[in-house]
Amino acid sequence: MTTSSITSLLIWLPVAAAIAIWILPLSRYATGSLAVLVSLVEVGFWIEQAARFDFGKHGLQFSQDAPWIKDLHVSYHVGEYAFSLWLVGLTVIAMAACTGYGFWVGRDRPRAYFGLMLLLTGATVGVFVAQDMLLFYAFFEAMLIPLYILIGVWGGAGRMGATIKLLIYTMAGSLIMLAAIVVYGLKVGTFDLVDAPTSTSRWLFLGFMLAFAIKAPIFPFHGWLPDAYREAPPEVTAVLSGVIAKAGTYGMLRIVLTKFPEPSSYYRTLVLALGAAALVYGSVLAFRAADFRGVVAYSSMAQSGLITIGLFAGTNLGYDGAVLQMVAHGLVSCALFLVAGTVERRTTTGDFLRLGGMAKGRPALATLLMTLGIISLAVPGSAAFAGEFLILAGSYQRAWWWAVIGASGIVLAAMYMLRLISAVLHEARGPSVQDEALDLRPGELALVVPLVAALLVLSAWPAGISHHSFAGDAPVQAVQVQFR
Amino acid sequence: MIHTPHIDWFSIVPILVLLGASFVALLSAVLVPAAWRRPFAVAVAAAGSTGALVTAVWLYVDSANGHLVIADAFYRDRWTALSQVIILAITLATALVGAEHVRAHESEFYALLLASAAGMAFFVGAANLMTMFLSLEWFSIALYVMCAIDYDVEGSLEAGLKYLVIGSFGSAALLFGSALVYGSTNHIGFAQIAASASSHDLLLVLGLAMIIAGLAFKSSSAPFHMWTPDVYQGAPTTVTAFMSSATKVAAFALTFRIVRTAFPQEEHLWSWAFAGIAVASLVVGNLAALVQKDVKRMLAYSSVSHAGFILIGLSAGSALGGRALMYYLIPYSAMAFGSFAIVAVRERELGTAVTLDNLAGFGWERPFLGVAMWFFMFGFAGLPLGGGFVGKFYVLSAAYDHGWTWLVIVGVIATLVSLYYYLGVVRAIYMRPSAELLVAGGSPPREVLLQIAVGAAFVVSAGSLFAVSPLVTLARHAASALPF
Repeated sequence: MTTSSITSLLIWLPVAAAIAIWILPLSRYATGSLAVLVSLVEVGFWIEQAARFDFGKHGLQFSQDAPWIKDLHVSYHVGEYAFSLWLVGLTVIAMAACTGYGFWVGRDRPRAYFGLMLLLTGATVGVFVAQDMLLFYAFFEAMLIPLYILIGVWGGAGRMGATIKLLIYTMAGSLIMLAAIVVYGLKVGTFDLVDAPTSTSRWLFLGFMLAFAIKAPIFPFHGWLPDAYREAPPEVTAVLSGVIAKAGTYGMLRIVLTKFPEPSSYYRTLVLALGAAALVYGSVLAFRAADFRGVVAYSSMAQSGLITIGLFAGTNLGYDGAVLQMVAHGLVSCALFLVAGTVERRTTTGDFLRLGGMAKGRPALATLLMTLGIISLAVPGSAAFAGEFLILAGSYQRAWWWAVIGASGIVLAAMYMLRLISAVLHEARGPSVQDEALDLRPGELALVVPLVAALLVLSAWPAGISHHSFAGDAPVQAVQVQFR
Repeated sequence: MIHTPHIDWFSIVPILVLLGASFVALLSAVLVPAAWRRPFAVAVAAAGSTGALVTAVWLYVDSANGHLVIADAFYRDRWTALSQVIILAITLATALVGAEHVRAHESEFYALLLASAAGMAFFVGAANLMTMFLSLEWFSIALYVMCAIDYDVEGSLEAGLKYLVIGSFGSAALLFGSALVYGSTNHIGFAQIAASASSHDLLLVLGLAMIIAGLAFKSSSAPFHMWTPDVYQGAPTTVTAFMSSATKVAAFALTFRIVRTAFPQEEHLWSWAFAGIAVASLVVGNLAALVQKDVKRMLAYSSVSHAGFILIGLSAGSALGGRALMYYLIPYSAMAFGSFAIVAVRERELGTAVTLDNLAGFGWERPFLGVAMWFFMFGFAGLPLGGGFVGKFYVLSAAYDHGWTWLVIVGVIATLVSLYYYLGVVRAIYMRPSAELLVAGGSPPREVLLQIAVGAAFVVSAGSLFAVSPLVTLARHAASALPF
């Protein structure tokens, strides 16, 4: 096996496993074990890849290129830059935790469920490693297919409306992106992301940007978010907010900013304003949300806004911070949604009016939720603090008021996270909290603790990502030169 | 002494094989005892279509230099051969599905099926107005009878009559148009028409318009689609499956050939005409499909909207458009055939028309057929789960290449609208709780042959996503037989 084929393996191993699960008549236990095993093998492959990755080297690594649609110059071109490596890592780790959660709670129709989770893993990894526009688009859309079924079949009572909204919103964006891809690719004569020259077309910029803005989502394209995040099974929400939303911000970095530099600076103020609106509005909504998942859902939107600000600030610090924050927030929100799931399993609700006082007699739950909350509200020393600080510093270099708005978002984050913590853990015991509701079980701890551990590592050494994402200390230059 | 032309017998072997098999199948109605009639007729039909398929493949390989044969009445080239291959594969699949789903008159049914396939195989190679019209009537008359073959079912008889009346109207338009073209140019051969046409002849333009209209009746493109929903709904589902795929292939292959070969000077006219029909088909097909409850009717309107997509490729008029057309037809016909075959299963299970409501739970009851249906629906919608996605990409590329960005936008919007009704089917088969089983009793029939046919359609539609380049190479060789 050559080193390059690891990338393809990361995409196709889960897909193959999904097909195997669908074909073989395995028992519930065997199906779940196989799925979890495969997702752990994915993590193993990723660690192998990270260990071999040369962070000082410019350009694509672990790349593979084969023709797909020859006469239109579309190719199966996959490979990784340092920042894509981190996002792939986020994907495989989060997916492993979420697949494990599905196994732990014993989802119905296990073969269909685990096959779809694996398919989702493969498609999401594909998004982060595709280096051809059409291939990127194919994976970007392919993520939706398992998501649609996962929410629609295993979701809550309002799942039908949620899935339709999710699909119509995101497909509206991505089909416009397809039109943009056709136009752009045929105009420049290649669909390869590395080879394609930059474009100055503002229409094309808008076509791509809209798709990513909806996926992230940033204000005012977040209409699908509350329903989807509330109705999906908790582990699917965790994937959605932790990983899939990052595909939107990743797309901004990989395609929009690198391929459309002139339109990006033309629309910079607009995008920064929308990002700021997402940050402030999302934070306010999170503060007003009446349930556990609502808070985390809107805070995800706020964080997407913040990451967008970091990217579109167009400064070295902003880029570094944005990549770090994508990973840090991905892990935090994934873990928080899983914890929300465990709380809901014990109390059948996420409603704050019916929760409260859960800390008493449940030290593991309290400790984990407290730790996650503290990281999430960006207490100095945490990974999220490092990311947010870099983003704020980067946006300050663009103009001071962006940093002011960003800082206000962080204050709001402290407000909604503390409200969440006190509403769930402290205050008077809610009517839905029974004494019999157990503390987190070892199985649940085994799923969430690794995510928290990864966050603590990042908190101790944020430079691990922020200095290792753009092959050197000059992300601006990298974005302008390296990815072409 | 009568002068007889030299006949290249090999060029019409597929047709002769089909006609021979049709003859044998018909005779079996009187010569074979009733108990043996069904297996005998199925075997003859399968053998006949397989034999014809093999010879068509052989012809494809052996006809690199396309030329006219049989007194310049028939094209022996790869365009003909590839269209024949697709049509004959569909015929074979229809024979398999029919084995378990034709209720009575098996011998006659298979005789007619083979006869209409022979007509289509001749139609796609027609080289003058006379052979075009004759072969059109040839396969149409067989289809009229096939639609009405369940004459004790009201819907079937109605479908047959409707198709006969409206189809005859289309044929009349085609014949009248042919007469006008002949009157204007004094020629019936496609190539001679092109050579002797004067570009501003009103008679010729009128004739061209009527020919396009006549062919649009067959391909069920709006506004010539009025018969489609009623006939597709009323006809036995096996026949619908055949019509929705094979007839479309034949009609579009010939349409592109005639406009390219006989009317190249009028390209500015027909490309606008096709664009107009394409937009009309996309609008009518998609909007009407949104409100359908009956699945066959919904699929009928979806076939109208796909005619619109194919016409986008046609309207480009270029070699790329020809490739796009041929490529599109491969996954499209597999998906159309497969989805109707699955509807046939449910129809027989319930003994009543299949609606979105009574599809509920189908996916869990029949896992393989459910997954296939899921796959076809997402493929129709242009999600990257099969060749439908690449087909759409191709036709949109052809439109952009022609300079028609607006048509790309129209196609994209149409795709977005179409999502709603395709997802409606997926929602029905997986996400609705199945109402009390309406099934008459006992476990559903195995329907092995049907499952094989659906499996083949599944493999073709999935495989065409991965094997784009080989298929496009086939399509390119086919398209290179036409003058550009």
